[in-house]
Amino acid sequence: MTSFVKPKIRRTNEPLNALGLARADYEGAMSTLCAGCGHDSVTAAIVRAFYELSIPTHRALKISGIGCSSKTTSYFMNDSHGANTVHGRMPSFATGALSANSDLPTIGISGDGDSLSIGLGQMAHAMRRNVNMLYVIENNGVYGLTKGQFSASADLGSLPKKGDPNEFPAIDPVAFALSVGATFVARSFSGDRKQLVSLIKAGLKHKGFAVIDVISPCVSFNDHKGSTKSYAHTYAFYSKAVHADYIAPSEEIVAAYDEGEVMPIELHDGGYLQLRKLEADYDPTERGAAFGRAIDSDRNNEILTGLLYLDETQPDLHQTQNMEDRPLNEIPYAELNPGAEALSALQAEFR
Amino acid sequence: MSGPGLNDFVIKIGTVNGTGSASANGLLMKSIFRMGIPVVGKNVFPSNIQGLPTWYEIRVSGDGHAGRSGEVHMMVAMNQATYDQDLAELATGGVLVYDSTWPRPQLESRPDVTVIGVPLSQMCSEVVKAARSRILMKNMAYVGAVAALVDIDLSVIRSLIEETFAAKAKLIDSNMQAVQLGYDYVKENYECPLRFRVAALDQTKGKVMIDGNTAASLGCVYAGATFGAWYPITPSTSLMDGFVKYCKKLRVHPETGKNKYCIIQAEDELAAAGLIIGAARNGARAFTPTSGPGISLMSEWIGFAYFTEIPVVFFDIQRTGPSTGMPTRTQQCDIQTCAYASHGDTKHIVLYPADPGECFDFAVKSFDLAERFQTPVFFLSDIDIGMNDWMVNELSWDDTYIPDRGKVLSEDDLSKMESFSRYLDVDGDHIPYRTLPGTDPKGAYFLRGSGHNKHARYTELGHEYQEVVDRLHAKWASAKDAVPAPVVTKATSPTRYGVIAIGSSDAAVTEARTRLEADGMPVDYMRVRGFPFSTEVEAFIAGHDEVFIVEQNRDAQLHGLLLNETRVAREKLIPVLHYSGEPLNYRFVYEEMMTRIKLRKIA
Repeated sequence: MTSFVKPKIRRTNEPLNALGLARADYEGAMSTLCAGCGHDSVTAAIVRAFYELSIPTHRALKISGIGCSSKTTSYFMNDSHGANTVHGRMPSFATGALSANSDLPTIGISGDGDSLSIGLGQMAHAMRRNVNMLYVIENNGVYGLTKGQFSASADLGSLPKKGDPNEFPAIDPVAFALSVGATFVARSFSGDRKQLVSLIKAGLKHKGFAVIDVISPCVSFNDHKGSTKSYAHTYAFYSKAVHADYIAPSEEIVAAYDEGEVMPIELHDGGYLQLRKLEADYDPTERGAAFGRAIDSDRNNEILTGLLYLDETQPDLHQTQNMEDRPLNEIPYAELNPGAEALSALQAEFR
Repeated sequence: MSGPGLNDFVIKIGTVNGTGSASANGLLMKSIFRMGIPVVGKNVFPSNIQGLPTWYEIRVSGDGHAGRSGEVHMMVAMNQATYDQDLAELATGGVLVYDSTWPRPQLESRPDVTVIGVPLSQMCSEVVKAARSRILMKNMAYVGAVAALVDIDLSVIRSLIEETFAAKAKLIDSNMQAVQLGYDYVKENYECPLRFRVAALDQTKGKVMIDGNTAASLGCVYAGATFGAWYPITPSTSLMDGFVKYCKKLRVHPETGKNKYCIIQAEDELAAAGLIIGAARNGARAFTPTSGPGISLMSEWIGFAYFTEIPVVFFDIQRTGPSTGMPTRTQQCDIQTCAYASHGDTKHIVLYPADPGECFDFAVKSFDLAERFQTPVFFLSDIDIGMNDWMVNELSWDDTYIPDRGKVLSEDDLSKMESFSRYLDVDGDHIPYRTLPGTDPKGAYFLRGSGHNKHARYTELGHEYQEVVDRLHAKWASAKDAVPAPVVTKATSPTRYGVIAIGSSDAAVTEARTRLEADGMPVDYMRVRGFPFSTEVEAFIAGHDEVFIVEQNRDAQLHGLLLNETRVAREKLIPVLHYSGEPLNYRFVYEEMMTRIKLRKIA
């Protein structure tokens, strides 16, 4: 099957963002996923988030590994440079790409197979290095493209369409990210567009590694009774801890909030993340508590969502590497070449 | 055959690793070099940090032979555990030097070997208190003993020690004192110098003693590489060490203190490959140093970079395989792996440097070729080149050099174009145009390792896929005259025999060829320096009845590659294979070729 070009539909009086672009300008090729796939909803949320943030499409990078989720990078932002790389290895490619040009807003799209099995190591190290990117895990508990084998995020005892229940405990990407030290950890649901768009925007604006675990049901292989990653199950066990809204530098923070309920956190671009607690005792800046709450929710079959942890104070990879602000790929060769004289001088130790 | 004689002999030093003998051995070699005499050092060391046998071989060659001779004339046996082996290795007429603090009568078992006992430990214990210092001083004392035996100028040794310890003046005297102890003892108790000894020459002007990894790291700096990623692996580590060192020295903004480079130690080789491919995709000159096991792990990404046409450079410093193999021993065993790395139809550009001088030049060339042809380039070195000190011409740089970044479209270029297709062969040279992210919306495209057509769109249509992979093959083949051309050494008289080699086999093959010719067996020599094979390679084989293919692996990999990639007749090619893990020596090559030629003559 070749890829389908999606016709651009322009409506009259459609709203435009600060760049004068319509939402349709952020769309991509026609999705070839199954009808009703959660991933298509995530794609729509990504389109909306980039549109609302007025990010120039050609300045954005969208990178993925292999799998159903990874296919979706071609379903949004046609004018962005995309890369469908190697299974489980998107984090290293993204890290290299951002090292060469740190100016490009970068979104990585992965799945539970791509991230939690074959790619667990690379994801952990991208978190550890605090690479400045948004990393979305479209999590459905199964390998879709190879027809429904359990992935490492499948819950213990979850039933497959056919055959025996899953016999290993799940790797929870949120608890994992918290343990490794990711600086922005969130969970959402493909069926909650409003929350998801807010989190994507917040994640893109966070300086450092932002991970969003998005429960995104697989309608073909994991949406039946007994599955813990179905639409029905997710709706039933869904709870919200912290809502996050991005407030651009030009906007004012809504001053009317009750102390303790809304927490404004300043970002590197001068804007804010306005965190609204939906669970009274939850503090998204306390890593240990967030980890404990994540483990509890796993135990209670609860799907805890929202911005679960944020640390805006850690240096990202670019800072740790003490690199110039100017992207590496813009440094002219004349500045990189030490010259013949220097070469002769430094060989003194070899004479 | 060679030596021993004036400025023509081999000293081998057997020690225990982790005892600091490397600096003493380096001092010995460097002092001979400073006396203007060509010299080469080979380090045969264990994959271990402390306690196992290690050897250092110094060949003094007034004639400038750069390879190993295959004989040892003086053995400095400092490791009791290897006394028997070390004694056995000495050539007839050889000299064994050992620490006679604990006399070993069994070392007298060879009547054809002179044994020189020097009570090194005892002498050092008398003047040095600290245990660690005693060990280090014992090393310096054997330097002194050797200096007396082969007539090395003590003032040269002194000035080298002064340079080394310029910042710690106290150490100059204590080290010189130890040298003097060994020197004086030997002078007093034995007849010096030996009949094989050094005498100052003037043949090292304009030369440096440098290892290939250091030279290659300098090549990366001068090529303008800004991104390096790696996973530590012997024997490639010193290449990245060099890059770090020279970047810190040469690539930090003098005012802001900010770096104009990025080096990432990856979590494994898979990540190292992904990192450089990502960086190269975004326009940085990027590389990774590794060895065979790393290439195995990186193969998945290598195929991706080949198929998506991303310019990256892989430095493979070969060590013996298979599997972990002998990590500190040398081979040329990744010839075929690198030529065809990754699954599916893949073919790569490979460069074969032969010494540190070429490591510097070819490192730069690798980046130019990678970007010109938009493909991974393999720089195939080995332990012998990478980690041993070779005497080469001082590295030189042409300040007019401009990196060949290949066909990259600027914002301006894109604005003048109606549309852009990433994999379209616009110029008919099989090389498409590429764009960097962030330049212009028109230049955006989707990079994928899955089937794609010339417009970079996903495809499962056979003819669209074939069009792309056929162009990739044509592009690869067109690099055959862009890789460094072979170097041919013709015999002075016409001959039906030829010999082909690559990389670190060069020094031994060159010497064997010279000696064969002197012994009435003229052979023409072609050193191949790149893959795909230049046009001349096939012509060279066609021009001879029999061609020896000398290489350092069991499976005749270069031989196989020649058969696979040229139309030459199998019967013409005669493999000469050396794969013990020790650097090749000329005697082996000479004898293999001579035996074969003689057999032919009888037949």
